Amino acid sequence: MSIMEYNGGSVIAMVGKNCVAIASDLRLGVQSLGIASNFQKIFPVTDRIFVGLPGLATDVTTLHEQFRYRVNMYTIKEEREIEPETFAALVSSTLYERRFGPYFIEPVIAGMQRTPSGSYKPFIAATDLIGCLNFAKDFVVAGTASDKLFGVAEGLWEEDLGPEDLFETISQTMLNAVDRDTNSGWGVVVHLLTKDKVITRTLKGRMD
Amino acid sequence: MNSFVSRFASTGHDVELRKAREAFGDEDESLEMWGSQAGFGPLSKGVPSFSVPAVPDPSAFLRLHTDDHADPSCRIKIKHGTTTLAFRFRGGVIVAVDSRATAGSYIASGTVKKVIEINPYLLGTMAGGAADCQYWETYLGIQCRLHELRNRERISVSAASKYLSNLVYSYKGMGLSMGTMICGWDKTGPAVFYVDSDGTRLKGDVFSVGSGSTFAYGVLDQGYHWDLTDEEAQELGRRSIYAAGHRDAYSGNTINLYHVKEDGWKFIGNYDVSEMHYEGPAGVGYGYEIRTAGKSSANPPPEPESQTAQT
Repeated sequence: MSIMEYNGGSVIAMVGKNCVAIASDLRLGVQSLGIASNFQKIFPVTDRIFVGLPGLATDVTTLHEQFRYRVNMYTIKEEREIEPETFAALVSSTLYERRFGPYFIEPVIAGMQRTPSGSYKPFIAATDLIGCLNFAKDFVVAGTASDKLFGVAEGLWEEDLGPEDLFETISQTMLNAVDRDTNSGWGVVVHLLTKDKVITRTLKGRMD
Repeated sequence: MNSFVSRFASTGHDVELRKAREAFGDEDESLEMWGSQAGFGPLSKGVPSFSVPAVPDPSAFLRLHTDDHADPSCRIKIKHGTTTLAFRFRGGVIVAVDSRATAGSYIASGTVKKVIEINPYLLGTMAGGAADCQYWETYLGIQCRLHELRNRERISVSAASKYLSNLVYSYKGMGLSMGTMICGWDKTGPAVFYVDSDGTRLKGDVFSVGSGSTFAYGVLDQGYHWDLTDEEAQELGRRSIYAAGHRDAYSGNTINLYHVKEDGWKFIGNYDVSEMHYEGPAGVGYGYEIRTAGKSSANPPPEPESQTAQT
């Protein structure tokens, strides 16, 4: 069995109209054995950036700490908060540093990017485990249920969804995709970002 | 020339037809040749004769392409992963199974019938190869009916299970995969036999088979005793499969519960594993209220006053 599927877990991010959403499951397992149903895979980076880290659980913790350190150093040196696009580059180069002995994580980034005019536009990106960036206009997926997530998202996602419709779309996508995957599930958490607030909801998912 | 080629060619339609004729020893095109008789055509002559791949070592060929333990990337994945249980008690036999079928990490179905109703007094459970269990247990049903007609008496659970055990043993090494419990009520009372494709046949009181069996045994052993009431026994079967469905990634979706009594088996019900977790069979969830809600490490209950906070 691949090390990428050892602990299980999946993340998805979607773009809406003046909003983005990022969701993950809550399972931590050891292959077929379920261990915990409250394992956090999505972490806040700034008030407007979230990063999802599906993959090997030990690297979830390590990379989260690594990113926290580097983002703090950036904030101190630059005397301003990091922007999503910059953070994506930071993620990419952090992963490529370990090109020949990678972290077994495929990060997903979701945030609201500040434009020169002072407004905010939605931003999502994902990378593979050695940092190849993928900027998408619609949605990005990663984790053990990524193929199922692609299928459901491809069918449900539409352009210019408002915050509440985007929440419904990403929730249904996540819930239905993980119900077809053995190594993801055990509950779902969704974060919805708009220019001025973040809404976090924990969903009741199937527990088998 | 054409007839010469077709006679000695190793592929093509004519050859298939010729092989079929040789296999059935029949010049005319019989119904059996087309796999009729509900799929039991190969067995209609009394001796099973399945067509085998035209390679030097057929079982090695099959293993190469299907065995996902030896080669996880092989193309044909036989459906695996199950939790089944059966136990004997004062009131008969309880048979409980889950309903999930997986192919790799993909949940191929959540509505599989893993209890095979062999006849009104006999049940078989399904673990391992779904097709192997379905086919051979249906075949066992045919043989049990013939036994009844020949001997004017119902077959014992012991004899039925031994028939199956001897049958699968004759295919040993050919890649059959089944782990089954033959359950029923005969002259000796309630009976459970474990039969698998290695040729093992065991008589016992409590069995659980499949990837989730360890979880089911945990609950089952904890709650089992001979003098269980019918309701207690049914609840124990349901609770055990729930435990497996919850913890084991390859088990879940729904629970099918059967109860075998003196007058034959009865289907008790189909229960959703997730519903059991949140609501349970009587409004109290097996998992959520007891464990997850407010008492998990993420959301602990309030600490007592006397305890001092650590670092």
